[in-house]
Parts: sequence; structure tokens; C-alpha cells
Amino acid sequence: MAAGPAPRREGASASRARLADRYRAWRDHHSLSAADSLRRVLASPGSSLLTWLVIGIAMALPAALGIALDNARNVSGSWDSPAQISLFMQASVDEASAAELQQSLSLRGDVESAQLIPRDAALREFAELSGFADVVANLDENPLPNLVLVVPAAGVDPAVLRAEFADLAQVDQAVLDMAWVQRLNNIMELGRRLVLALGGLLVLGVVLILGNTIRLAIESRRDEIVIVKLVGGSNAFVRRPFLYTGLWYGVGGGAVAALLVLAALYFLDGPVSNLARLYQSGFTLQGIGLIGSLQLVLLGGFLGLAGAWLAVSRHLGAIEPR
Amino acid sequence: MIQFERVSKRYEEGHDALREISLEIARDELVFLTGHSGAGKSTLLRLIMLMDRPTRGKVRVDGRDLSTIGSRGIPLHRRQIGVVFQNHQLLYDRNVFDNVALPLVIAGYDQREIGRRVRAALDKVGLLARERALPVTLSGGEQQRVGIARAVVGRPRILLADEPTGNLDPNLSAEIMSLFEAFNQVGVTVLIASHDLALISRLQHRIITLRDGQLMGGAA
Ligand SMILES: Nc1ncnc2c1ncn2[C@@H]1O[C@H](COP(=O)(O)OP(=O)(O)OP(=O)(O)O)[C@@H](O)[C@H]1O
Ligand SMILES: [Mg+2]
Repeated sequence: MAAGPAPRREGASASRARLADRYRAWRDHHSLSAADSLRRVLASPGSSLLTWLVIGIAMALPAALGIALDNARNVSGSWDSPAQISLFMQASVDEASAAELQQSLSLRGDVESAQLIPRDAALREFAELSGFADVVANLDENPLPNLVLVVPAAGVDPAVLRAEFADLAQVDQAVLDMAWVQRLNNIMELGRRLVLALGGLLVLGVVLILGNTIRLAIESRRDEIVIVKLVGGSNAFVRRPFLYTGLWYGVGGGAVAALLVLAALYFLDGPVSNLARLYQSGFTLQGIGLIGSLQLVLLGGFLGLAGAWLAVSRHLGAIEPR
Repeated sequence: MIQFERVSKRYEEGHDALREISLEIARDELVFLTGHSGAGKSTLLRLIMLMDRPTRGKVRVDGRDLSTIGSRGIPLHRRQIGVVFQNHQLLYDRNVFDNVALPLVIAGYDQREIGRRVRAALDKVGLLARERALPVTLSGGEQQRVGIARAVVGRPRILLADEPTGNLDPNLSAEIMSLFEAFNQVGVTVLIASHDLALISRLQHRIITLRDGQLMGGAA
């Protein structure tokens, strides 16, 4: 019986391998496919490197922008000082009563601090800063009102507070200085969405690039696929090596992306910390770290699988023995 | 083992490759299928291994109506059939051993069992010494024998061969035919499509003749 076909009964039972053996065979074929695919990817280092670079660059772009945004948010976070309410006094309110108001406001629980800027001091400052000293000197009368700057306590809605202060008898106008914070936040939000949109597009691009690469791999192995199907290879069996090929391209691309981002950060780190030192800020550039790098590699692998799946489901079914 | 019930196959261009074919092949038989070029021999074999579906009629293999087998069932169906192709259909970037092992790898045998069976099959076709060779370094006859080893390595219950001796010299052809007879003797149903009337009429087996897709004789 060692050689040649067995009588059919024995042949039938022998071909029905046990479940445990099946599982081991399935696992074996996975590692075999993985190794074989990797070998094929490495066998043409030039074109594989090109694929990795294309994918790496496409992934590094949104990743780097995302990191830039995170850093910008860190910076603006430190500016995210509580909103400030400017209370412009009525012209009739003199410095003494303005100081009185400032005193009483600063005692309130919902006020963090209140600061008086006397109208004379304000004018002096204006004259110095604006360069209109001559004009100011020629003024008969100081046109500026006394000003009290109020910083609301944490957790207090500055808009509510502003409305209350606006009703005070001494107050002519109460202005909430939040516009610039809001503008900055809007810009950050815009940036975030742009990065998301760009990231989405590039991710799609990566999937399509990989899909096309896998399609070419499928084309070049068409004869082999036909033969495997002829001798009873299931779709899963035929699919497996191509999915691994996609995985390897994706993982490599993700690694390249992580390296590119690291290189960019390294390149920027010097200038940024110089700048931070100039502004006496403790700001340091936030990198992607080990976790972030691993995430990029994982994402790459996932995209590779997705692209391969796309190609395989579109093109493998069409290859049937004729 | 193989039954055709009024089977017709019309290709899309409207050409009738098979017309109302009814035939039956028993388990222990070796049957030759002959006819002129274009008579429909390959088409008939293709229907048995579900490379194509009949336009009308029923094909049964081991009692099972093949129209009940969906595309997911095709791989399992093919695993019980060994096929030898005229153009060998070998993987030219794998060595002889890997080529012969393919059906076993697909069926999920473990490495030791695969090694044992592949060597047994190669021994049977006289190619044990060439297991590390690449197919391109083999002669046509040797490649054909690799194809035969691959067809029988999974111990199929049915063996189909399409022009297995197509371009071999008479001695080699006779040798390969006696290989098929040996498989038949251990219980494999064998169906061989062949032009080589001189050779097959010398062997004492049933001959089914097709002409223009119609059965001319031997259907019994
Ligand atoms: N895929 C196809 N599409 C259209 N017509 C086909 C197809 N395959 C075969 N035919 C036609 O069907 C007829 C039977 O073909 P088949 O291949 O079965 O013949 P054969 O008997 O095997 O011939 P040969 O001895 O030359 O191999 C031929 O006329 C052929 O042209
Ligand atoms: Mg033919």
C-alpha cells in the first residue's frame, strides 16, 4: 500500500484527515504562506522598496500633520487662559469709585481677579505703545474711560457674568475678550478636519495602491492559481498568500511612515526648542513615541490587508480553469 | 461511478460540443474516450470535474448529481478526482516534489505524511531520483509522469486523463498506459481521452467514441 493508490474504501477514510490534523495543516499553511509571501516580496527588493516608500509617504503625511496639530493644541492649551471681561466705566465714574468697584468685584466668589486700569495710565500706555504720543499730548481731555479687567473664576460662564456686569450702573460697556480664543479654536478645528479629510483620502489612496500591487501579483501568478484550483484548492487557500503579500507591503509601508515621521521630528526638534527658549517657554515637541510608531505599522498592515482583500475579491474569482 | 444522463453542452457561440450524451462507467472500470479533434472529449472531462456545467442533462459522480454542488463545494469535489492534463499544468517555479505534494498540501496533510506519499507516488512513476529537479529540466515524458504522480498522490477514487500520451513515443505511451492500468487494478475508476487508436485498441478496455459531440459507441 505504500506505493500507488489505495483501494477506494481505505483511500476515502485516509483522505479524511482528523480535525486536529486539519487545524495543524491550516496553521502550517498560514505560516507557509506568510513566509513564502515575504520571500517573494524580498525577492524583488527594488520594486518592494518603492511600494513601501509610496505607502510610507502617503501615511507619513497625515500622521505628521496630526502630530503638528497636537503640538499646536498643546501650545494653545497653555494660552487657554480664562476669558477676560473688560468693564469700561461711564465717563462720570472717577478713579476712586472705579477702584471701589474693582475692590468689591474682586471679593466675589465667581471672580478670579479684578484689576483697575486708571484712565490716565491707560492713556500713557496708549501714547507709548501706539507712537501717537504727539497726538495724545495735544488732547485737551483724556478720551479714555477707567477700565476694570475681570477674570472669571474657573467654571463660571463668562458670558453670564458679562451680562450681569453690563447692567451695573457704573459700567458703560462690558466686553468679553474671547474672540481670539474662539478664532484660534476655530482654526484648530478647521486644521483638524483638514487633516482628517487628507488622512481619509490618503488612506484610500494607500488601499488602492496596494490593491493594484496585489492585482499585479495575482496576474503574474495566474497559471499557478489555475493549477491550484484544478487540484482542489479552495478560494481561501488561493487567497491566503496574496493577503499575506498585502500585509507585508502594508507593514513595511507603516514602518517607513514611522521612520519618516521620526526623521522629520528629529529635524525640527532643534529649531523648535531654540524658539521655545527664546519665548521662555517649557514647550517641547511631542513625538509619536513607541506606541504611535506601532500604531502606524499596525494601521499599515491593516490597510495592506484591506487592499489585498479588495484585489483578491475582485480578481481571484475571475481566474477559473478554462 | 460516473453517469451521464442526456447531457448536452452548448458553448456560448452556439456550438454544440456535446449532444444528448448518456453513458455509465462502473467503479472498477478503465475506459478510453476517443474521437476526432473537436469531438468533445475534453468537454466531457471538464463536466466531470466541474470546470464547466452542462447546458442540459445530469452528470452524476459516485451517485451525486453534480448540479447540487455549488461553487463552494467544487474544491472538495475536485479533491476526489485526479487529473492528468495533456499540457502537464505543472508549477514551473517549484521542484518535482512540491508539484506532486500540492494536492496533499491543499487537503491539509502533515509534512511527514506528505513526504511519505509523495515519494511513494514518485517511485511509482519512476522519478524518485528527480524529486529536487525543476520541471523545465525534465523531458516531456518525465513531466507527464510528474503530472500523473500529482494526480494519484491524493489517492483519488477517479482518475481522468486528457491525451496523457499526446506527444510521447510509443514505448513511453505504452508504459504510461500500463501505469493507468495498475491504478485501475487497485480500484480507481479511470477515464482516458486519447487519439491514439492504435495503442488503445491493443489494450482490452471499453472504448467510448464521440463524433461531433454525439456518442458513436461504447456507452453501455
Ligand atoms: N471554451 C470554449 N468555448 C467555445 N467553444 C469551445 C470551448 N471549448 C471547446 N469548444 C468547442 O467545443 C468542441 C469540442 O471541444 P473539445 O475540446 O471538447 O474537443 P476534443 O475532443 O477534446 O478535441 P481535441 O482532441 O482536439 O482535444 C470544439 O469544436 C471546440 O471548438
Ligand atoms: Mg481535448
